[in-house]
Amino acid sequence: MQIAVASGKGGTGKTTIATSLALSLASLAKVRYFDCDVEAPNGHLFLKPEFSESTPANIWIPQIQTEKCTACGRCVEVCQFHALAQVGKNILVFPQLCHGCGSCTWNCPENAIVEVPNPIGTLDRGMAMENVEFLRGQLTISEPMATPIIRRLKKLEQPSPDTIDIYDAPPGASCSVVETLRGVDFALLVTEPTPFGLHDLKQMLGILSDMNIPSGIVINRDGIGDDSLKDVLRESNIPILLRVPFDRALAENLATGRTLVEVYPNYRDILREVYQRITEIIGGKIQ
Amino acid sequence: MKLIISAQNSSLESQVDSRFGRSPWLLLFDTETSQWEAFQNPGVTQSGGAGVAAAQFVVDQDADVVISGDFGPNASRAFQASKTEMRLFIESTTTVQEAVDQYKNDQLSKFK
Repeated sequence: MQIAVASGKGGTGKTTIATSLALSLASLAKVRYFDCDVEAPNGHLFLKPEFSESTPANIWIPQIQTEKCTACGRCVEVCQFHALAQVGKNILVFPQLCHGCGSCTWNCPENAIVEVPNPIGTLDRGMAMENVEFLRGQLTISEPMATPIIRRLKKLEQPSPDTIDIYDAPPGASCSVVETLRGVDFALLVTEPTPFGLHDLKQMLGILSDMNIPSGIVINRDGIGDDSLKDVLRESNIPILLRVPFDRALAENLATGRTLVEVYPNYRDILREVYQRITEIIGGKIQ
Repeated sequence: MKLIISAQNSSLESQVDSRFGRSPWLLLFDTETSQWEAFQNPGVTQSGGAGVAAAQFVVDQDADVVISGDFGPNASRAFQASKTEMRLFIESTTTVQEAVDQYKNDQLSKFK
C-alpha cells in the first residue's frame, strides 16, 4: 500500500499527519516513511531516525569527448531541456539543466559522449523505531531540480503488499508533487479552511483526477477561516476522512518536535481508522 | 554589425523587454544596412532552459551584439564562449529603435 500525503499549500500539516500516520500504523504492518520534500525535508525532526546509510544522488550528465566530436549538433537538437548548446565547434554542457535522460549519449553518431556522475543531493535512510523505516532525499542547496532525487528516493524500495509506504509530499502543485504521486494507491490531502488552502486544494484535485488517483481529505486547523471549503467539498464528492481542530497547545508542542500522536495519543486509533477507510475506498474502487 | 535586442513586440517601435530568455520577440538589426527582422524567441515556450534556447538562437544568427535588461548565468556563459558582446539597456531605453541608437552612441553598459 502506497499513500501520499499532499496538500498544495505549504504549512497545512502534511508532515504532522504523515509522521503520526506512520507511528500509528506501525502496529499493523511494516511502515516506510519517505520524506519527498527534498528541498526542505523536516520529517526527521519528528520521527528522529537513526540514520545508518547515506548515498549520493547522482544525475549522469554528458561529457563531450572533443577528439571524437564532429560538432554535428545532434545532441543539442535532441536535448529537451536545453542543457546543451553549440558554439562554433564546441558543445557546451549546462549541468544544472540536465535531467540525465541520456538522449544525447544515445543519439550521438560518433559515440563522442560519456556520462559522468553529477551529485545533486543525498539519499539517507535509517530506522525511526521498530517497524518504521525512515527514508529521505535531500537536494543540495543551489541545485534546482528536485524531481530526479524524488524518483531515486522512491526507487530505493519496491512497493510490497505487506508494507505501508507513506510519501510525505513537497508543497505546491508542480513536477515534484506529481513525481511523488506517481504510482501511489491513494492521496491523503491535508488542507485548511482558508482561501489559500482551498485554492491549492482545487489544483491538487485536478492533478489527482488527471492521474486517476483516489483521494480523501484531512481538514487541519478545523474551525478557522470560512465555509468555502465546505461548499467545494460537497460538490466534489471527495470524502473527508479526518478533522483536526485548531489548537494552540498542539501547535506549541509540534514546534518542539513532538508529534500529533505523542501530544494526543487518541489519534493513534483515529489514524488507524482513517487507514481502514482508505483500504475500503481503494478496495471499492478495484471492484 | 548585427545586433539582437529583446522586445515585447515585433517592430522597431516595440517596447524593449528586460528579460532575455523569456522576452516574446528577438529583433535582429544590421547596423550597416539598417535592415531588421523580428523572430519569436524560442526560449519563451520552454518550461526550462529558456536562456540557453534563446542564446543558441542568437549564436546561430551570428549576431555580434546582444542587448537586453540582464543575462542569466547560462545565457551569459554561452555568449562568453561565442564571444558575443552583451550590452544592457539603460533607464531611458524604451523602444528597440532607441536601444539601437543608444548602442551606436556607445551609451549602453557592458554586461559583466
